[in-house]
Amino acid sequence: MHKEFLMGNEAIALGAIAAGVNLAAGYPGTPSSEVLETVAKRRVPGTYVEWSVNEKAAMEVAAGAAYAGARVMVTMKQVGLNVASDPLMSLEYIGVKGGMVVLVADDPGPISSQTEQDTRHFAAFSKVPCFDPCSAQEAYEMVQEAFDYSEKYGTPVFLRPTTRVCHGYASVTVKEAEEYRVNRPEGFVKDSGRWVIFPRLSLRNHEKIEARNETLSEDFSSYERNRIYPSGGRGAASGFGTAAGRDDASGTDSCGGTGKKGIAAGGISFTYAMEALKDSPQPARLFKVATPFPFPEKLALQFLYGLDEVLCLEELDPVIERELTYLCGKHHLPVKIYGKLTHHVKNAGENSRDSVNQNIADFLGDAAGQEDISRPLAQSASQPPSQSASQPSSQSVSQPSLPVRPPVLCAGCPHRASFYAVKTAMKGKKTIFCGDIGCYTLGNAMPLDMVDTCLCMGAGLGIAQGVGRIEPDTSCFAFVGDSTFFASAITGVVNAVYNQANMTLVVLDNSTTAMTGHQPHPGTGRTVMGDVTAKVSIEAVLRGIGVSVVETVNPLDLSASVACVKRVAAEPGVKAILFRSPCIAITKPSGCLRIDQDRCIRCGKCIRELGCPALVTDNGRVCVDASLCTGCGFCAQVCPVDAIRKPSGAQPDAGAGPAQAGAGEGNGNPAQSCGGGDGNE
Amino acid sequence: MNKNIILCGVGGQGTILASKLIAAAAMKKDIPVMSAETIGMAQRGGSVFSYVRIGEGICSPMIARGTADLILGFEPGEAVRMLPYLKPDGQMVVSSRAIMPVTATLSGSSYSGDAMIAYLREQVRGLYVVDGEQACREIGSPKVLNILLLGAAAESGALGFTEEELREVIKERLPEKFHEINFRALSYAREQKETDHFRTEAL
Ligand code: SF4
Ligand code: SF4
Repeated sequence: MHKEFLMGNEAIALGAIAAGVNLAAGYPGTPSSEVLETVAKRRVPGTYVEWSVNEKAAMEVAAGAAYAGARVMVTMKQVGLNVASDPLMSLEYIGVKGGMVVLVADDPGPISSQTEQDTRHFAAFSKVPCFDPCSAQEAYEMVQEAFDYSEKYGTPVFLRPTTRVCHGYASVTVKEAEEYRVNRPEGFVKDSGRWVIFPRLSLRNHEKIEARNETLSEDFSSYERNRIYPSGGRGAASGFGTAAGRDDASGTDSCGGTGKKGIAAGGISFTYAMEALKDSPQPARLFKVATPFPFPEKLALQFLYGLDEVLCLEELDPVIERELTYLCGKHHLPVKIYGKLTHHVKNAGENSRDSVNQNIADFLGDAAGQEDISRPLAQSASQPPSQSASQPSSQSVSQPSLPVRPPVLCAGCPHRASFYAVKTAMKGKKTIFCGDIGCYTLGNAMPLDMVDTCLCMGAGLGIAQGVGRIEPDTSCFAFVGDSTFFASAITGVVNAVYNQANMTLVVLDNSTTAMTGHQPHPGTGRTVMGDVTAKVSIEAVLRGIGVSVVETVNPLDLSASVACVKRVAAEPGVKAILFRSPCIAITKPSGCLRIDQDRCIRCGKCIRELGCPALVTDNGRVCVDASLCTGCGFCAQVCPVDAIRKPSGAQPDAGAGPAQAGAGEGNGNPAQSCGGGDGNE
Repeated sequence: MNKNIILCGVGGQGTILASKLIAAAAMKKDIPVMSAETIGMAQRGGSVFSYVRIGEGICSPMIARGTADLILGFEPGEAVRMLPYLKPDGQMVVSSRAIMPVTATLSGSSYSGDAMIAYLREQVRGLYVVDGEQACREIGSPKVLNILLLGAAAESGALGFTEEELREVIKERLPEKFHEINFRALSYAREQKETDHFRTEAL
């Protein structure tokens, strides 16, 4: 054993490696992506890792390997599970031979997602057991236990961390390589009665699954990560890992337990509750739910007996709250259950230390002047920090209003140029611009304002077709990124060609999966294991489908791009433009531009029309921020008086690769931008 | 040692690297540490933060309001935004250079970094203002603000790690070609103070 400072996702990956994972497959999606990347980076020889083309493909590849007895992991974010749900729903009926952990990262907030969907519901819906870790250390250990449960019961299992567990870092105690489990898959054994899904088999297996989940509920009641604090004899110190887990002997005492009030919590909210109770003068019994499905009913009953009131603290949906409410009804327990359903806890958005502190203070009634809990909390906690009452000292100067900082496309981003070219070419025409999922969704911001719709991966193509059916005089555009194209846009193109739609597909090909951290995809010619592979050509795919007009252009060449858009959009039927220019985070900046203040007429066109974060005003002058500019040169083509130029004699930057602002921050190399740093001269 | 530290700024300013270095310094001394940071869409020019929690008995990487011992503000507006998290007797090291959001540049509605600093002076007893722009120019790179602020925090004593300890982790974690410039950034605050040019004020 040794300690490493790990992101929750890295801890999960190392846990899977320690459990002897033979194959891992996934599709990138915040907050899940680092899991697969870390399995690839730290894998032991013989492990196979792939970025699949989408989550469904990943699930199927993993299922095959699990049929052959391999230990497998599938990784995705919560909305990715929607894509993978088709194989998963059926796979649960078939079962697995090798252990299978389906890692689905939920995103309360949502911070980087379209929905706040709760995978714990999906677990109950698909009947797949679900593990919900509360910390990086627990996630490390839990993933290993999840593999054991999966094999013991022959079922895939969910590991469902949330953003703060995925992306939080901690010093985690991990195994040495010699302690890793070695799993040697037996291979696929033919047995059509087992592996071929037919209605009769489904019925039989459905009965088995229901019985198994009842057994699992019992089993989970003695799973040491489901716990009641103070523990009253249950389980030794190996509670929930890390500092808190290790010293929980003292920690739990301070939680008390003699009162008639209890708190039930899961995931990161449990750690918030733990910290709140440590500081609370009021005792409360605390129930940690680590397996929301099947719910550990027996243990929950132990928790409920003797209590008058219970507050449920969880993110996303009221899963624990419903289970406890149901149990109280089933067993006629006179316990009031509070939470989201009773409006004592907000029912959307993520919990914070402060919101949980407030919820607990209100519940335990130790906040001065707090009324009875039966009054639902209107909007006590989680105000934006700027409105807090805890200012340290006098208020003689009122707080200046704070800047709003919506996320924007990076300086030098080729998507900005692509959007600008289409906008310029289509000016005055009746258009709709259907966007999609990726950095380029940010094209909706002013001043570009080039995303009229965005729904889910690949949906823009269908939406453009649908709008075109109702409004035939509208020029319908669908913008899709390269990774999204492969993941889920191809069927949309086939649909358009087959059904003779009239639309322009715009592929924003920046040669990477940028938003999620620059993963390779089928068009890049690289794999996550570092191998060189055949590139799948987007042009060839489109031509193969029957798209007759396919033009490729460099978006940073403004006039060529505008001409291309005009030409292609005028064609009938389904046609495609490929804007091809790599993401600035995977290329070296080429030395920043500078504005010749003698030439600049201060018209502001560059700022007003492009919104590049590197173009700033300084005392009425327009300047280039040297620490941000990548030297893409696009603004120089927009300036009417040719005032934006490369400084004469500027050297291409020798700095270290992807140290650009925004996307590349994690790389950390404080590389020098172009000499001098005199952007605001 | 128990410390809650917040680093805040604008995506791309290097807050994450700085928090990693603090965590590495803690790991080196075998002190438990947890951290959390902004990842994903908000990194693209949005407000970003890192929390670093050091010491025994912490359960989560998140920091509650009014409990931060130290805030490293990479940008004055962002420092004001995180102010409610500072303990009443907490300390703050802040760069005075404001970064205008693109929206402000577009609408011409910029805000004043000076007003933010004035407000902070009013609110924070242990405030250290660093002229980040001037310093980066002297050091020779716009990208070393993170190390500069770390150095200033170490120099003020609020960080709980010494310049020497930070130097060690920089050596271990950054490519060698960046060592020299980062060492310069790290010692900048101390040297400026010694030569009495450093605009450090503890109110
Ligand atoms: S060249 Fe112009 S558009 Fe490109 S990054 Fe620099 S300032 Fe922005
Ligand atoms: S477009 Fe050219 S002239 Fe107009 S403000 Fe920008 S640099 Fe100056």
